[in-house]
Amino acid sequence: MRRLAARCAPHWYAWAMVAPVVLVIALIIGYPLGRGIFLSLTDADEANVERTIGVNHIPATYRFTGLENYTRILSDGVFWDRLGWTVVWTVGCVGLTFVLGLTLANMLNRTVRGRTFYRVAMIVPWGIPAFVSVFAFRMLYNERNGLLNKVLEGGGIDGVPWLGDPFWAKIAVIVVNVWLGVPFMIVAMLGALQSVPAQLHEAAQLDGAGPWQRFTHITLPGIRPVATTVVLLSTIWTFNMFPVIFLLTRGGPEDSTEILVTYAYRLSFLNSPRDFAASAAWGVLILVLLAGFTVVYRRALRRQGEVW
Amino acid sequence: MTVPTTNPRRDEQAPGAAARAGRPPRVRSPLASLGLHAGLLFGTLCALLPPLWLLVTSFKPKSQSWSMALVKDFTLANYAHVLGGTRFLTWFGNSLTVVLGTTVVGVFIAATTGYALSRFRFPGMRPLVWVLLLTQMFPMAVLIVPLYTTMANLGLLNQPLGLIITYLTIAVPFCAWMLKGFFDTIPVDIDESGRVDGLNPFGTFWRLVLPLARPGIAVTAFYSFVTAWAEVAYATAFMTGEDNLTLAGGLQTFVNRYDTDWGAMTAAAVIIAVPAGLVFGFAQKHLVAGLTAGATKS
Repeated sequence: MRRLAARCAPHWYAWAMVAPVVLVIALIIGYPLGRGIFLSLTDADEANVERTIGVNHIPATYRFTGLENYTRILSDGVFWDRLGWTVVWTVGCVGLTFVLGLTLANMLNRTVRGRTFYRVAMIVPWGIPAFVSVFAFRMLYNERNGLLNKVLEGGGIDGVPWLGDPFWAKIAVIVVNVWLGVPFMIVAMLGALQSVPAQLHEAAQLDGAGPWQRFTHITLPGIRPVATTVVLLSTIWTFNMFPVIFLLTRGGPEDSTEILVTYAYRLSFLNSPRDFAASAAWGVLILVLLAGFTVVYRRALRRQGEVW
Repeated sequence: MTVPTTNPRRDEQAPGAAARAGRPPRVRSPLASLGLHAGLLFGTLCALLPPLWLLVTSFKPKSQSWSMALVKDFTLANYAHVLGGTRFLTWFGNSLTVVLGTTVVGVFIAATTGYALSRFRFPGMRPLVWVLLLTQMFPMAVLIVPLYTTMANLGLLNQPLGLIITYLTIAVPFCAWMLKGFFDTIPVDIDESGRVDGLNPFGTFWRLVLPLARPGIAVTAFYSFVTAWAEVAYATAFMTGEDNLTLAGGLQTFVNRYDTDWGAMTAAAVIIAVPAGLVFGFAQKHLVAGLTAGATKS
C-alpha cells in the first residue's frame, strides 16, 4: 500500500490538474456517447421514451432491438445516397477551399501594394458568424429578386433557380461553404508560406529553377506539415458542417442537399414522430466513418515518412 | 497563368528598374502586377460583397429590400423595429448569458489540464491527449439525441444552463488542446526557478505560468466565444418558445416560410455580426498560431 502511494506520489499533482477536464469529458461526453450507442440499439422514439407531461411521469417503454437499426439503415438506399453526396460535398469543399486559399495566400505573400488591406478584407468572412453569412447568401440567391440573378439578367442570361433546383442547390451550398472556409485557409497557408526560408528560393533561382519548379519543389514540401493538419481539420469540419445546409436549403429541394449530419438531425428533431433510435444510429455511423478516415489519413502520412 | 508570357519582358526590364529605384530585386512586369492586383481585388470583392450587401440592405426601407440601388432613402427604421418591436434584445441577452457562461467555465476548467499536459509525463497522459483529439471530430449528430433526452429529464431544456453544459462538450476539449500549445511556448526554466524558490506545482502554475500565458488564455476565450455565438444545431433543437431563443434561433424567425421580413433580418444580422467581428479582430492574429501549434506538437 505504501509502495503504491509512493509510486503515485509524483503524479499526484498532474492528476489533480487534469481531474476537472476528465470529469467533464466523462460526464457530458462519455455518458451521452454511451447512451447514444445504447439508444441506437433500441427502438426509442418520441412516443416511448421517459418523459414528464404535467405531473404525470411516464417511464420508458422502448425495447432493445440489437443491430436492427443498423441493418435497416445500411440496406436502405437513403444512407448510401446521402453518403455519396456527403463525400462529394466534403471533397469539393475542401479541395476548392485549399486551392483557392493557397493561391490567394501565395499572392498575399509577395510584396504588393495594399497588402494589409487585401489581407484584412479577405479574412472578413471568418469573423462573421456563419449563420449570419448564410442568410446574406439566401438574399443573394433569391430566385426572383436576388442580386445574383438580377446581375445575370442584366447580362442577358436567364436567372438560375439557385435554391430551387437540385443541381444548382448543390453548387450553391458548396459556394457558401467555400466562401466561409477560404479565410481560415489563407491565414493558415500564409503562416506556412512565411516559415519557408527565403534563401531556399534564392538558391533555386540562381540554379535556374523556374517559378513553377520552385513552387513544387520548395514551397509545397515546406508547407506540407501545416497543410496536412489543416486539410484534416477542414475535412472533419466540412463533413460535420450543419448550419450552411440547414439554414440555406433545409436539405432540399427533395433531400438533394441533405448530408449525413443534417439528415440525422432531421430524423430526431424535424420529422414526426421523432425517431431517436435511428438518429442515434446515424450519428454512430458518422463517427465511425470519421474515425476510420482519420486513422487511414494518419497512416498514409506516416508511410510517407511524416513525423506527425 | 500569365507568368510564362511575361517572363522575357521581365528579363529586359529588371536590371533597369532595380537600379532606378533601388527596389527589392524581384520586380514584376507591369502585366504580372496587373494580374496580381486583379486576382487580389476579385478575391476581396467576393469576400466583402455578401456582408456589404447585408449592411446596405439594412438601411433601406422595408419595401425596397430588393432594390438594386445603393441606399436611396436612408432609414434606421429596420433597426428601430428590430430593437423595439421584436424580442431581439431578449435573444441577445440569452445568447450573451450562454456564451459568457461557456467561455468562463470552459477556459477555467481547461487551463490546468493544458498545463499538466504540457509539463508533466504521467500515466494516462497519452490516452487523454487522444481523447481530446478524438472529441473534436465528434459530429454533433452523435451527442445531440442523448443530450436532448438527458436535458429533458433534468428539466434543463429551454434553460441557458442546459445550453452552457452542452457547449462545454465543444469548448473544453478544444480549449485544453489550444492551451497546451500555448503553454508549450513558455520556457520550462520559469517553472524550475519557481520550484527552486519553494513553490509547489500549483503555485508555479498560478503565480508564474498563468500570468505569462495571458495572451493564450485570451485567444482561447475569444475562440470559445465566437464558436458558441455562432452555434446553430443545439441552439435550434434545445431552445424553443419565443422568449428562450438564442440569436441563431431568433434570426431564423425573421425569414421563414410564412413570413419574411428581410429588412428586420438584415438589421438584426448586422447587430449580431458587429460584436463577433470586433472580438474576432482582436484574436485572429493568434488563432491559427495556436491551432497549428497544438496540432503539430503532439
